[in-house]
Amino acid sequence: MMMQEAGRHVARAILHGSGRTGARVAPSWSGLMSGSARCISGSSVLSTWWGHVGPAPKDPILGVTESYLADPSDGKVNVGVGAYRDDNGQPVVLECVRMAEQRIAGIEYMEYLPMAGMKRFNGLAIKLAYGDDSPVIKERRVAAVQALSGTGACRLMADLQHRFRPESQVFFPVPTWSNHLNIWRDANVMVKSFRYYNPKTKGLDFEGMMEDVKNAPNGSFFVLHACAHNPTGVDPSTEEWKEVSSLFKEKNHFVVFDMAYQGFASGDTSKDRQAIRIFLEDGHQVACAQSFAKNMGLYGQRIGCLSIVCHSEMEAANVQSQVQQIARPMYSNPPLHGAHLVATILSDPGLKELWLKEVKMMADRIKLMRSLLREHLEGIGSQINWEHITKQIGMFCFSGLTPAQVDELTKNYHIYMTRNGRISMAGVTTKNVEYLAHAIHTVTKAQK
Amino acid sequence: MVLSFLNCTSSQTRHRPLTHSSLSSIHSTGRPLISSAACILQPEDKEQKGGGDIAVRTVFFFLPLPTMASAQAMPISVWEKLTEAPEDAILGVTVAYNKDPNPVKLNLGVGAYRTDEGKPLVLEVVRQAEARLVADRSRYKEYLPIVGLAAFNKLSKELAFGADHPAVVANRITTVQGLSGTGSLRVGAEFMGQHYHTPIIYVPVPTWGNHNKIFPKAGLKVQSYRYYDPATRGLNFTGMMEDLKAAPDGAIILLHVCAHNPTGVDPLPEQWDAIRQLIRAKGQFPFFDSAYQGFASGDLDADAYALRSFAADGGELALAQSYAKNMGLYGERVGALSMVCATAAAAKLVEGQLKLVIRPMYSSPPLHGAAIVATVLSEEKLLHDWKAELKGMADRIIEMRHKLYDALLQRGTPGDWTHILKQIGMFTFTGLTKPQVDFMREKYHVYMTGDGRISMAGLSTATVPHLVNAIDDAVRNIA
Repeated sequence: MMMQEAGRHVARAILHGSGRTGARVAPSWSGLMSGSARCISGSSVLSTWWGHVGPAPKDPILGVTESYLADPSDGKVNVGVGAYRDDNGQPVVLECVRMAEQRIAGIEYMEYLPMAGMKRFNGLAIKLAYGDDSPVIKERRVAAVQALSGTGACRLMADLQHRFRPESQVFFPVPTWSNHLNIWRDANVMVKSFRYYNPKTKGLDFEGMMEDVKNAPNGSFFVLHACAHNPTGVDPSTEEWKEVSSLFKEKNHFVVFDMAYQGFASGDTSKDRQAIRIFLEDGHQVACAQSFAKNMGLYGQRIGCLSIVCHSEMEAANVQSQVQQIARPMYSNPPLHGAHLVATILSDPGLKELWLKEVKMMADRIKLMRSLLREHLEGIGSQINWEHITKQIGMFCFSGLTPAQVDELTKNYHIYMTRNGRISMAGVTTKNVEYLAHAIHTVTKAQK
Repeated sequence: MVLSFLNCTSSQTRHRPLTHSSLSSIHSTGRPLISSAACILQPEDKEQKGGGDIAVRTVFFFLPLPTMASAQAMPISVWEKLTEAPEDAILGVTVAYNKDPNPVKLNLGVGAYRTDEGKPLVLEVVRQAEARLVADRSRYKEYLPIVGLAAFNKLSKELAFGADHPAVVANRITTVQGLSGTGSLRVGAEFMGQHYHTPIIYVPVPTWGNHNKIFPKAGLKVQSYRYYDPATRGLNFTGMMEDLKAAPDGAIILLHVCAHNPTGVDPLPEQWDAIRQLIRAKGQFPFFDSAYQGFASGDLDADAYALRSFAADGGELALAQSYAKNMGLYGERVGALSMVCATAAAAKLVEGQLKLVIRPMYSSPPLHGAAIVATVLSEEKLLHDWKAELKGMADRIIEMRHKLYDALLQRGTPGDWTHILKQIGMFTFTGLTKPQVDFMREKYHVYMTGDGRISMAGLSTATVPHLVNAIDDAVRNIA
């Protein structure tokens, strides 16, 4: 048995010294127990401090890809995690990224960034989020800290909230990205929710949302998805955003915009930040957790930004200094490479133009897949209303499939998605859309 | 309303007044009607041991009362009560250095290697790995798994423990990619805080300042054990053993694998053996911090002696490993957390739980630095060249030790400076007092952390004389 082998090995090492150094340790380990369950000896069973540690549940999103990868069958389809794929189902590195990479390779030092990250990157990121000519930027009222993509930005925000507004709660739409709940929970902030998705219409439950916002205690924190809501793809209209902003002002609520899909929703980065624009025009001091994972395809680089619009330049400096204090015992300072890439692209007009084209291309392909999927489902005679496939926005389609139906899709058709029925449209291609439609039709034939 | 003045001075030469916030009374409609000045006493930051104590007096701010119009335009900020956070004791040194307009200045603060020309260094092998990665168009930038790049994890484990180490062979070690040393420590600490039965960690006195910030965040109570002996400028071995013995059974013990930061004082192998026996006898849990493997002696294996002997005795441990210094990958944040468990089954369970810590922190680690490391470590020639470059850096540091020592001797600077030669790794714990440190900064624009730690890596042949002038003056004229 492996453990006994290991045990004998250890015994040899202990008794005869660990090679080079000839360190000798008398094996006087018996009777060391002193209340612990450990047995450090050369003999059989080695016990552990971690025996009580249970198996961790698989992450509901990332676990899907793990299962997909483990599946040996041909024709398997991964519409799980939200990473863009081209029409051949292949990951994509944007041309603008390749060019930026070549430009910076071999010439930059790799020194520590400041705790708040690369200043140049932060400046460009907030311009993208708030607009080049944004008054809040001109007035230097925005605290901006480079973060580990969207997750990292959210975590900094959550920790900041806990530290300085410990009595506050955070409200999430139902449903929301599952990791939001983990993040704020680990930051010890009480998590609440507000109605958002209407399963009947597969659209926005606007009345429910407004009611819950109204009933929340004044000055609550809310996390809103700036565009391309994850997982539902359901966004408020411009008019609805304006009403939301008004109500938020009345209630003096604080908004954290999670913006992971700027450019992916409509194909236009300026349009996609309209919610933020509306709130800023109304005088809100918002925060924004920004990610470049999807819109620049920099998933693995972990590059994002947490920005917080403040009262004044001085307050912004204070807030930034406090966010740094949260970063220091977490990772000291953020990683360099991704920041270089984004800064290079956003600061070079040619590269930026290329990027905007490429983002639009990705958004357009997704829109096309939505049309195709809906067409096929309607074409093969599904009685279900699939309007929502083309009404929903961004990378995801909240299909309405039940967990049981999802399981059936996986088991019988080797189609992988999260059990809430969220389909990553980026994983759909002209090659697999028909297969997908047929499978969905088959498992849903029984209902409605 | 209390009136007083709020001012802030610190050893990092910050002379900006501390901000304070305006107190607004919130009307029931949620609009601010009255804004009054207030003052906030900023307590001295207890965490800043010798790095930047902030002496506080108070200043007073008047804000004009807003009219209803302006009150409507400017909502109350949720951050109004925030004050400016103090600079980090270590990173703040470089901040202050950068702000110093003096043409002649010397940064011996943060431990980042410099060449003899005073320039940062990107290793040749890193450049080669980087070039290779960029040229390979088949490479993607997809999310790494939560635990990071598998090849990197395997190679890091082998670098730390040795590929044929019994614990490696037995598959009893789970290794996850982390955000350099800091990130690996934090993830390990969070895990321990959640799952280990005795959430108390003992750290040496002194230790890297950020340790004292990281562990409390994870819910670990921080206690200490004697380590550095100011009288000998060496190890207080007796004191250390006494304190470890007095510490509770089952407590977590933080150990620096080699090149102790900030003192440069390491136990001898025989002393390590005794420490290990004691820790095992008391069922204590060793948590190793390895930021300088290869930098201590120039030999990666020799530097890992303590770690490997602990991992070989069948007991469990944690290891936070960093590539910031030994591969010069500082800004890329590359490191690894290894949990050596008694069984392979336990290691698997631990891995699953580590993922639950990582996911809500940053989801998955960054790709670039890990890919560079994996490239270098997996190739014979690159690995060989790396070891040579690493030795080159370690040798230059040793050379600087000799140059500094010789120069001080020649100058006849009072005091025993042999510790400069005896201490190991990137830093010298000079023994200079805080007033002396401040003096050297103010008069000579020589920057170091307030505890008198100087980064030998930041010293060069050309700057030794300036440093000697500063030390000599300080030692002769300041207490």
